[in-house]
Amino acid sequence: MPAAIGTKLVTKRFGDERARTIAGYEATGGYAMLKKALAMKPDDITAEVKASNLRGRGGAGFATGVKWGFVPKDAKQVHLVCNADESEPGTCKDRLLVYWDPHLLIEGMIISAHALRAVHNYIYIRGEMMREYVVLAKAVEDAYAKGYLGKNILGTGIECHITVHRGAGAYICGEETALLNSLEGLRGQPRLKPPFPAVKGLFGNPTIVNNVETLMNVPFIVDKGGAWFNELGMGRSGGTRIVCVSGHVNKQGVFELPMGITFRQIIDDVCGGVWKGRKVKAVIPGGVSMPPLDEHELDVPCEFDALMTDERIKPVMVRPGQQFDLGGGRALRSMAGSGGIVVMDDQTDIPKATWRIMKFFAHESCGQCTPCREGTGWLEKVSRRVAAGQDHAKEGDLELLASIAHGIAGNTICALGDAAAWPMLGFLTKFRGDFELKIRRKAA
Amino acid sequence: MFRNVLMSLEFSAEAQKKIAALCERYPDSATKQPVVLAALHLAQKEHGYLSDDAMRLVAKTLDLPYAHVYGVATFYTMFRLKAGIQPTGSTIRMCTNISCMLRGGYEVLEAFENKLGLKRGESNGKFQLVEEECIAACEFAPCALVGTKYFHDLTPEKVGEVIAELERDPHPEAEVV
Ligand SMILES: Cc1cc2nc3c(=O)[nH]c(=O)nc-3n(C[C@H](O)[C@H](O)[C@H](O)COP(=O)(O)O)c2cc1C
Ligand code: SF4
Ligand code: FES
Repeated sequence: MPAAIGTKLVTKRFGDERARTIAGYEATGGYAMLKKALAMKPDDITAEVKASNLRGRGGAGFATGVKWGFVPKDAKQVHLVCNADESEPGTCKDRLLVYWDPHLLIEGMIISAHALRAVHNYIYIRGEMMREYVVLAKAVEDAYAKGYLGKNILGTGIECHITVHRGAGAYICGEETALLNSLEGLRGQPRLKPPFPAVKGLFGNPTIVNNVETLMNVPFIVDKGGAWFNELGMGRSGGTRIVCVSGHVNKQGVFELPMGITFRQIIDDVCGGVWKGRKVKAVIPGGVSMPPLDEHELDVPCEFDALMTDERIKPVMVRPGQQFDLGGGRALRSMAGSGGIVVMDDQTDIPKATWRIMKFFAHESCGQCTPCREGTGWLEKVSRRVAAGQDHAKEGDLELLASIAHGIAGNTICALGDAAAWPMLGFLTKFRGDFELKIRRKAA
Repeated sequence: MFRNVLMSLEFSAEAQKKIAALCERYPDSATKQPVVLAALHLAQKEHGYLSDDAMRLVAKTLDLPYAHVYGVATFYTMFRLKAGIQPTGSTIRMCTNISCMLRGGYEVLEAFENKLGLKRGESNGKFQLVEEECIAACEFAPCALVGTKYFHDLTPEKVGEVIAELERDPHPEAEVV
């Protein structure tokens, strides 16, 4: 049965101070699922995860069980790395998950590591998350003391280690191959793929990188089965979904919700509507990397496939009359991304908001590829003068922005290039009038 | 030019112990390189910022080329290459990214600039003011991060209170390392 509003898995311990300690966690059923998992064969766990249709919550929505299946069967050493670098603007769930339920993450990791036969595993936590680092480091220490981690966990003969690795400030380290380089003590620059990490990752060994929320769902799948988890969801997306809603709503917050809930329901029913009695103008559906929705596109579920294929969402255009092609004639609409929903009311200066997003990407480009390094710099510069309007914006600037963005997309080592280009084109497509106004005023 | 080969800087005994323990955590690495971020955090804590000598100390401790350590230190924004804030001071990371901007983040940043007499990016001994990208606390936008403490739902009017609180009870980042 699809989850109802109020069904909570990974957020069920939010607000419970006691459950954050290992004793409190155990008292609320914690580590029981691990005991069950350790008695299972690794491949049987992977089979349940496949059946569950759990999809990655880090941004791409890739099927977790399928990804695990890419690890070569004859691998000698495998690593599991948890991506706790959360820094996609508008996203604030992993930080809370780590803070409120660190042991659920650890339990999820040990179970997943067992499924992958991974021994030395790492949590890469964003450098700025100092409070959460302290929480996690303590939780890992406690888990070792109780025998959940170590050379022979719970007397099963299975060896499993987790090390918390602190970053030092760089958004790009959230990209999985940049993260692996950073773990290895290098500059956090993405690697060329292939090879994919599942084949050749950390220290040259097959490595699975998964998001915090993804791994925290695994214990529930082991507990109640993949079929049960799948049914909670919608279509090919199992389970619940955490959304982080911020911006111009009455009640900002982090909510665990059914996959099938629509953006309009989230804004009106969960978040008490738009603030100051205003109307919605734009909604970023999953972190600033994703093209925005306009007020007519909000009756679509926040589920992964819906955002990519629902025809009620208009395709992103390169210029009037030409759709942005994702390859093979597939139109780019939007994506569910990281679950970071940013709501903008009808008085929002859209060109200014777009500039702020471009400033972010220009700042965070690692500089490796010319189209991204130069292109994001130009997007920032031109969108800044467009936002400034009147005396600053030049005739032709909108066409220039679109052509720079088009030149970046698909031509870079990692997806940060696309992450800058897509919202640029998306805002230009759906809020063209707002941008034109900035230019036309000058001519008048 | 030749550099002084006799280095003046050392890690404390406690830091040395931490680094040695961390070196054990990456058995699949052929070198001690994975510990470089942690060692740089520790060097910054103990020596205030990453001077040339502090980076040489990290290089020596981990048997890495100085150039490698320098390359890493210059990539990450939390590492300071110049003297400024004291290790006991508060680094105020004020978010101005999208969610915070939509609810007045820039106005709050300006209030910090005026009250502290610092421009974004500047520091005195006690405070460092950073215009930060999203700190993953958007549900409390606009917000700031100071060490292990988050300041929620800020307004320009609340800035005075925040600074007064930090004067009494700073939350130095170095505390966490
Ligand atoms: C520029 C960029 C930044 C990213 N940042 C994050 C991040 O902060 N956290 C995260 O989990 N995934 C992030 N990702 C996605 C990761 O590369 C990777 O797909 C993800 O961690 C895989 O985990 P999942 O399958 O469980 O989602 C980012 C990707 C890109 C291209
Ligand atoms: S796309 Fe940008 S961030 Fe990604 S590797 Fe290239 S330059 Fe670096
Ligand atoms: S945008 Fe300010 S905390 Fe996320």
